[in-house]
Amino acid sequence: MRQSAVTDVQSLDRVVIRFAGDSGDGMQLTGDRFTSDTASLGNDFATLPNFPAEIRAPQGTVAGVSSFQLHFADSDIKTPGDAPDVLVAMNPAALKANLADLKRGGVIIADAHEFTKRNLAKVGYASDPLTDGSLTDYQLHALDLTGLTVASVEQFHLGRKEASRAKNMFSLGLLTWLYTRPVEHTLEFLDHKFGTKPEIRDSNKAAFLAGHAFGETTETFAVRFEVAAAPAQPGTYRQITGNKALALGLIAGSVTSGLPLFLGAYPITPASDVLHELSKAKDQGVTTFQAEDEIAAVGAALGASYAGHLGVTSTSGPGMALKSETISLAVMLEQPLVICDIQRAGPATGMPTKTEQADLLQAMFGRHGEAPLPVIAAQSPADCFDAAIEAVRIALTYRTPVILLTDGYLANGAEPWLLPDIASLPAIDPHFATQPNGPEGTYLPYLRDERGARPWAIPGTPGLEHRIGGIEKADKTGNVSYAPDNHEFMVAARQAKIDGIVADVPDLVVDDPTGDADVLVLGWGSTWGPISAAARRVRDAGRRVATTHLRHLNPLPANTGEVLRRYRRVIVPEMNLGQMAMILRARYLVDVQSYSRVRGLPISPAELAPHLIDVIDAEEAR
Amino acid sequence: MSTGLSGVPLAITPLNRKEFVSDQEVRWCPGCGDYAVLAAFQSLMPQLGVKRENTVVVSGIGCSSRFPYYLDTYGLHSIHGRAPAIATGVALTRPDLAVWVVTGDGDALSIGGNHLIHALRRNVNITIMLFNNRIYGLTKGQFSPTSETGKVTKSSPVGSVDHPFNPLTLALGAEASFVARALDSDRKQLTEVLTAAINHRGASIVEIYQNCPIFNDGAFEGLKTPESSAIIPLVHGEPITFAGGELGVVRKPDGSLGVSAVSDVEPGALVVHDAHAHDATLAFQLSQLTDTQGLSLSPVGILRDVARPVFDDEARNQVHMPADRVASLQRLVAGPDTWTVL
Repeated sequence: MRQSAVTDVQSLDRVVIRFAGDSGDGMQLTGDRFTSDTASLGNDFATLPNFPAEIRAPQGTVAGVSSFQLHFADSDIKTPGDAPDVLVAMNPAALKANLADLKRGGVIIADAHEFTKRNLAKVGYASDPLTDGSLTDYQLHALDLTGLTVASVEQFHLGRKEASRAKNMFSLGLLTWLYTRPVEHTLEFLDHKFGTKPEIRDSNKAAFLAGHAFGETTETFAVRFEVAAAPAQPGTYRQITGNKALALGLIAGSVTSGLPLFLGAYPITPASDVLHELSKAKDQGVTTFQAEDEIAAVGAALGASYAGHLGVTSTSGPGMALKSETISLAVMLEQPLVICDIQRAGPATGMPTKTEQADLLQAMFGRHGEAPLPVIAAQSPADCFDAAIEAVRIALTYRTPVILLTDGYLANGAEPWLLPDIASLPAIDPHFATQPNGPEGTYLPYLRDERGARPWAIPGTPGLEHRIGGIEKADKTGNVSYAPDNHEFMVAARQAKIDGIVADVPDLVVDDPTGDADVLVLGWGSTWGPISAAARRVRDAGRRVATTHLRHLNPLPANTGEVLRRYRRVIVPEMNLGQMAMILRARYLVDVQSYSRVRGLPISPAELAPHLIDVIDAEEAR
Repeated sequence: MSTGLSGVPLAITPLNRKEFVSDQEVRWCPGCGDYAVLAAFQSLMPQLGVKRENTVVVSGIGCSSRFPYYLDTYGLHSIHGRAPAIATGVALTRPDLAVWVVTGDGDALSIGGNHLIHALRRNVNITIMLFNNRIYGLTKGQFSPTSETGKVTKSSPVGSVDHPFNPLTLALGAEASFVARALDSDRKQLTEVLTAAINHRGASIVEIYQNCPIFNDGAFEGLKTPESSAIIPLVHGEPITFAGGELGVVRKPDGSLGVSAVSDVEPGALVVHDAHAHDATLAFQLSQLTDTQGLSLSPVGILRDVARPVFDDEARNQVHMPADRVASLQRLVAGPDTWTVL
């Protein structure tokens, strides 16, 4: 590692950095790269990519700003952080869009080159904030990043536009120096990424090293920082995003059940990476089918399931709406199927690249007729792996479609992941029917087992030929039946089967360190991180608060009502207008209070903590 | 060359028609053309020689889509329009199954039009029987996407203004590799065409003219007998003649096809049918001879039967199941970049 002779190194316990620039400036790559270094140094971390839906939004506009936030620390952390300590702003739009979030006294590294009259005017700056004194509350480093980058790659004789493109690597080099990071990993990464394009590889490496050298040799930065490794459970780790973990979890479910995996999908943000990841896994026995539409995607998955594969479809809100008729058919067929909804802000197209949890009621009830099915939710990027396996387990064990909810925040966010030992994952038995189960050697496709699940005979099994379909089934035989009593019986039987899964759902666990909190915060899905972080702040502020988190949303854990009634106040933070709160109120007649935020961003612990403190203090005063 | 049934295990002992009849009472209206197709199908099944349990029939919604309930095979009665999509999942995952799709004119051409064209475009190894009765039967008599313009129905009391689809032209436009038409009333020809269709590797579509005696009786009245002068029978390699050999199909100076009295033209001037021509032009032109309005003229038989890459075969070739799935997944889970905490 290069060492600076002149600069002091100061230790920090946590840092939040936000890289922001035009969507073409390579901010996601820069952030991702910095995260990898963070991971290899043993810091705990969480990330939040935030980008426009347009591939290349108009240059230099606020709408076109793409950002990547990284929170890293020497202790375990739960969220990508609230206010950044450092903002890298590649142009005036990036500054304008992100300045309000920056901590007072925080560091701004801005590319002064881009602060031209024209660019300033484009985002409504009357004067140049880098020079007009408006940023005196911050530690401003206005550097000609573009000019420095162009000079650093002079020897490659690139055009000016080409040359300036490496400025993201220049800034990465600068931050690598500032946070006392080794340069080797990034150099190796560039070798690997641009191996076939030597000119781009070399210019990027040159710009990166120039950025590093710039930090070391100029006296712009008086102090550099280091963040010690976070204590972590021993083992081998990697960095993982939610969508990657989800894809791996689905494969793991197929391996532990012994079934080949079939994914039917139609491209949709933010779920497409699940399709991409599984398409790369054909050598794991994974079949992916890019269908003509969302309906065909789930239809083919159901067909594959009927044929004895593990049928999965992945999508987001608008796609869920289109799939609902087929999901209802799967309920009627009592056929295993895993539906992954990577939620995004709706309704309609909404904000495709922004996160939300507002598909909950759609997942619970968005079908025609009485069509109950299990719903589960992942709580962190790495947890998507475990949640996927759980979805597979329930789908195969109970012969039912299962909806697995994640969201855009989990999908694209990354965290360290302690690698699982695949060999020690519990086996899932698909338990195919191979023998007649009825009188005189007949097969009864709707004869239920002790869990209420029907037998599953796949085509090719001799003697068990049978017909199933969307028309109401007669009990046991599965023949078409319009009999009034039979319909009522079957509606109840399907509901009882789903309700009965509760026997297989772990009880809610409450985290209440003092054991005498009056206020409970209940979350589900990706609010786990923000709620845990907020609870820590609340406790640090000397208040008592209990937290609990739902993985199984349907059926809810058996002790849910008892847990809710144990507290004087229950707060449910959600990225919707209170959908889980509505379910809990309806089911348990408990006056839970909703804390709702629908800004397309994860709930902020910095906002949630004071709210909780107010609630706790008000309870205390009662 | 592999056929549509390559990979499907053969029956060890010969099967008979009765083994394909399920215990369910058939509930179509008396006189429905579906009965004739069902009977032809049940007779055809044992002749294919494949195991009964390896036959899957997937249907959508409509009168014809009740078909699977009456067959003692594996059957899936699904959702309106979606049978080709569901069958794609079955065919893609199981090369050992003979996969049939049963659909109707409303199911396949209206609500399910998108899935139909994409199944044909991809050339999935499935055989689609499209029962065309030119009416919505199950919903009691609305005009369908193949009804003639001006059709008076409950939903078009002063006559429909919709232009009808020609299913064969549509299929050829989607580059279907096997396209044929048959009549419910001509069992021999229907059996021949269905046999060729299931043996074709790739997507096969057979449009079956099927009479609905309740809501559209007589729609195919002019085509009832094989000798009908409205029927143009197509036989590969043969000059195309019909009406007892009196009329023939000729190429007009502008390149289009026309009908002429055989006695008026030179013997060599009759168009010879070539179902195996890779270029679909002839098949397309023949499909266009159909009078979609009054059915005064209708080519029947196999219009096109060509080999082209089969979607599910190609897709399966890309997939490899590792010998040790656990170890293989363990490597994938680790990825290229890990770190260890001691």
